[in-house]
Amino acid sequence: MGWLFILSLIVALALVYRVLGDHMHRVYTGTKHNAVERVVYRLLGVQPGNEQRWGAYARSLLAFSIVSIFFVYALQRLQDRLWLSLGFAPVPDHIAWNTAISFVTNTNWQAYSGENTMGHLTQMAALAVQNFVSAAVGMAVAIALVRGFARRNSDTIGNFWVDLVRGTLRILLPIAFVGALVLVAGGVVQNFAGPHEITTLTGNVQNVTGGPVASQEAIKELGTNGGGFYNTNSAHPYENPTAWTNWFEIFLILLIPVALTRTFGRMVGQVRQGYAILAVMGVIAVASIVLTNVFELAGNATVPQAVGAAMEGKDVRFGVANSATFAAATTLTSTGAVNSFHDSYTPFGGMMTLFDMMLGEVAPGGVGAGLYGMLILAVITVFVAGLMVGRTPEYLGKKIGSREIKLASLYFLVTPVLVLVGTAVAMGNAAGLAAMLNSGPHGFSEILYAFTSASNNNGSAFGGVTVNTPWYDVALGMCMVLGRFLPIIFVLALAGSLARQTPVPESAGTLPTHRPQFVGLVVGVTIVLVALTFLPALALGPIAEGLL
Amino acid sequence: MNRLPSWIRQHLAALRAVAVLTVILGVAYPLVTTGVAQAVFNGNANGNPALIGQSFTDADGDPVAKYFQSRPSAGGYDMLATAAGNLGPEDVLDTLPVPGAVDDEGHPDTGKQSLLTQVCARSAAIGHLEGVSGARPYCTPDGVGAVLKLFPALGTPTRAVSVNQACPAQPFVATYQGVTVECGKPGEDYSAGRTVPIRGDVTAVVPPDAVTASASSLDPHISVAYAELQAPAWPGSAACPSTG
Repeated sequence: MGWLFILSLIVALALVYRVLGDHMHRVYTGTKHNAVERVVYRLLGVQPGNEQRWGAYARSLLAFSIVSIFFVYALQRLQDRLWLSLGFAPVPDHIAWNTAISFVTNTNWQAYSGENTMGHLTQMAALAVQNFVSAAVGMAVAIALVRGFARRNSDTIGNFWVDLVRGTLRILLPIAFVGALVLVAGGVVQNFAGPHEITTLTGNVQNVTGGPVASQEAIKELGTNGGGFYNTNSAHPYENPTAWTNWFEIFLILLIPVALTRTFGRMVGQVRQGYAILAVMGVIAVASIVLTNVFELAGNATVPQAVGAAMEGKDVRFGVANSATFAAATTLTSTGAVNSFHDSYTPFGGMMTLFDMMLGEVAPGGVGAGLYGMLILAVITVFVAGLMVGRTPEYLGKKIGSREIKLASLYFLVTPVLVLVGTAVAMGNAAGLAAMLNSGPHGFSEILYAFTSASNNNGSAFGGVTVNTPWYDVALGMCMVLGRFLPIIFVLALAGSLARQTPVPESAGTLPTHRPQFVGLVVGVTIVLVALTFLPALALGPIAEGLL
Repeated sequence: MNRLPSWIRQHLAALRAVAVLTVILGVAYPLVTTGVAQAVFNGNANGNPALIGQSFTDADGDPVAKYFQSRPSAGGYDMLATAAGNLGPEDVLDTLPVPGAVDDEGHPDTGKQSLLTQVCARSAAIGHLEGVSGARPYCTPDGVGAVLKLFPALGTPTRAVSVNQACPAQPFVATYQGVTVECGKPGEDYSAGRTVPIRGDVTAVVPPDAVTASASSLDPHISVAYAELQAPAWPGSAACPSTG
């Protein structure tokens, strides 16, 4: 059944690949503004026809994100004075700050428990709104980079406000609406009920609660956000009630990141270039999903051996295999939703979820973030290949010169620095160490996972770690901000520098970037770079736990 | 407006964008979704109680025999406190309670059970309840994790302690590599020793889902194997119960 589940997902994604990829191509290249959008632009006070240089594009993006952080923070702090608070107190300041950053950066790290912290208005108007717009921001950055490759002699890379509004209203909103109704059909709740008590069959009292869950669940997966309405996230029966809603949620997670490779191919005028990037993502993703399944089903560790299966922290309706597939999908993208608890995974199964994130979430990655991350790796690959044969490297007709490779390298270095320095600092002070639930190598894995997740904007956790402390809220908040916006600035700078160039004509010495040879090279460069960077840290955590 | 510096214009546009998008995405979208969902899938949208697990225990917390028992839950089937256990796959060492010791608030020391001991204890309890063997690999007959600490940590052991079995319990093995196995003394620090879980030669009868905490802490399902284990204990098991 586990194999059928994975194969049917691949088939379903293949069926919608062209339709959605071509739709997104029209969205981001079309010149017409529809009536609703014209009203929105007038309310925003922006001229949709004005193209922006990369610097202006970046400043608009940062301004939007900063205002968003303050807005999400304020709604949490004031929720007791607004509607639908359910009687909950204002969210404590350090948690509100961490949560605001977390949702604006598409991370959705949660230092709180949804069902007893956030009122319905906070969930809808603060958190779910960011689920949409943080995803649209990621897509906008990816499209801006693709324009850099596609344009010639251009000073500009698009208009941020147009990309933001179109991505939100023409792509995310319609799919989320249909997705939400599909989820309700499967049993996900959509109401405004608050906490209340019911009497169980044996006469005990049980607390239950409702909420506008389906509308948030759909965009949580579609936007690769991952922040659960409830604490147990996509394991909760009111977020993910059945085996087929589980399938559907993974489908939503992978949908846009996969189809964006088609959009990329269309925009650079060579569909086969998109297929090559998709092939890189596909090879890594399938390998990771299969390995995660193999490790979890083998159950090689003392407790799973005693139990007879790695069932701790997993629900019966998903079982071991479909929990493992969800875990791989959520960490290969920047989602971070969970339908099972990674902290209780086997050492090597848990390591796969860590490794997926360490890859930079590029296979297929977060909405937009996956594509721009993978294109950076492609740039690094043509550079490495160029060094081997002693030619100036080029990708899609654009020269990868000194400025371009510096920006690509800086992009790549940001997250390892945040992850490794953050983990080291946490391991070196009492406030950092106090967060561990488990001891020994597994405790180290919990800390490493937290910094990997925050810096890569994933948001999942080895959930035993106690992170609702001021120290962790601040430290991980810093990692989320820097891990999101520094790479974005480097990508936009790269886009600006590529757009200015005159394309060089293809010659006999040009490395073809649509053949299996190039796909193999990118896969190799990705794995080797990540292995060199993170193997020592993995050796202290999951590898030590799995081998000792 | 064009006379304002550009960075102020950017932030004004951002402020308006957040406001406009909040109205569309944060108010209109969930309200319309709720309206349609309530009209078309009323039962589901309001929460189908059959999807949420509950505990079938009496006021004292003891299982009520006429119901199938649910899986262990780290959140006690409370929808306002859902949680998973989050203990790791090699969490095998208990902290034994020290008799007579109290914590800061005066409560007696309860120690801390490892995930392995939780599994073993659940298995033993379910075996007792259902009248079958509760034995499992890596578990002692008295229902804790079968784990030795060997000293010195490297090389031939000269001392062996069954650390999860509090004295005066009889260790699950008398000797290990010729060394007599001691019972665990509460409060003693065994962290310097080498941890060796002992598998033993038993096959578990109680199924995996019965001895592990779920992810949601609200798991409404049990495996077929666990249902079949429980079925004989249920009076009139030939028919389904009509529960309202």
